[in-house]
Amino acid sequence: MDEGLRSELQKQGIFVTTLEELYNWGRRNSMWPLSFGLACCAIEMIATSMARWDLARFGAEVFRPSPRQADLMIVAGTVTKKMAPQVVRLYNQMPEPKYVIAMGACAISGGPFKQGYNVLKGIDRYIPVDVHIPGCPPRPEALLHAILTLQEKIAAESLDGPRRPRALRAEAPSEFPVPEYGEHDLVPPKNTAIWQPPKLVR
Amino acid sequence: METLEQIVARARAAVPDAQLEIVPNDSPSGQRSLLVDPSHALALARWLREDPALRLDYCSNVTGVDWPEVERVEKVRVKKLVEGVEKEVEETRKVRSGGYLEAVYHLYSMERRHGPVILRMRTENRSDRVQLPSLTPVWRSAEFQEREIYDLFGIVFEGHPDLRRILMWDGFKDHPMRKDYVEPDDYEWEPTPHDAVLEKAQKHTLRQPAQG
Repeated sequence: MDEGLRSELQKQGIFVTTLEELYNWGRRNSMWPLSFGLACCAIEMIATSMARWDLARFGAEVFRPSPRQADLMIVAGTVTKKMAPQVVRLYNQMPEPKYVIAMGACAISGGPFKQGYNVLKGIDRYIPVDVHIPGCPPRPEALLHAILTLQEKIAAESLDGPRRPRALRAEAPSEFPVPEYGEHDLVPPKNTAIWQPPKLVR
Repeated sequence: METLEQIVARARAAVPDAQLEIVPNDSPSGQRSLLVDPSHALALARWLREDPALRLDYCSNVTGVDWPEVERVEKVRVKKLVEGVEKEVEETRKVRSGGYLEAVYHLYSMERRHGPVILRMRTENRSDRVQLPSLTPVWRSAEFQEREIYDLFGIVFEGHPDLRRILMWDGFKDHPMRKDYVEPDDYEWEPTPHDAVLEKAQKHTLRQPAQG
């Protein structure tokens, strides 16, 4: 709909919207995160939800203890190789549409533990991540910024056409294979369907 | 607290046949430790805890050390008869050391407020004879730390109530804190690899040249 016409109508007291906008407005302002934390980033996540930063202003304060009721997974902290299958399984149990924020250096790349024997080099090896927040740990403001970024991303989604979200595409997977414990490493060490190392151009 | 020599002298009387040795420490802390043979370790640990003068009732830390077998070349000055005249001659000798795993216990006394006394045990080798007696029956706080040593170094603590891996999963085969641990070839990419990471990157590209 034409923006100018809409604002003219609004001045006359007529509010016009589209079903798509209404749908996205409802979804982006009531994201329910899954309540789980893996390391020190979780403390910042908890601080974000408390009175001083007040995540409730953005409609994301209802931390759900069950993946069946959650829309948003905040991977807050170091993902060890022993924990990774459980994180992927929790993600698989969440209903669509679902989103993932990788919070902190460890969740996005392994952080200071990257070359260690028991730390995953980033959760995006196994599940698709929507927003990455750098920091060790990120400040609560950074998490709020990530939530706002995700809200913009949801607002830009459409119900049809190429911009529709993964949840509305029949061919897109909503579950991802859970890695298994191998004798020396996780099997497979990464899901190559969703993550490939970047090509270096020198 | 008594000196380590005094403790050793009294321990020899209390636990006969125990082979005790004081391990020197050249570092600035100078904390010497007490090496005990595994077969008498449990009796000695009980004595250290029960002895009224020591009362080491608190085991604050248990850790493992891996000593791979190394061969050093040492130069020694030896007096020798050379053509009928006694002379000092330098000789090189090969010295072998290591080839065992070690468990180290740091003991304190809450009651007497002293410590630490550091207790060490060594396994016979690093491959098949890696059993040591568990001291968990004496100090309960050693339970999880002995599990961690079992997980990361592969020392098998006999008499431990629940010896399972604690950090890695059950199907894991390696012991990551050993010096000869070979990590899986999990190099992915690095914007500016250098030093150890560069070495890892080169090894990886040698192994899988197609993927880069």
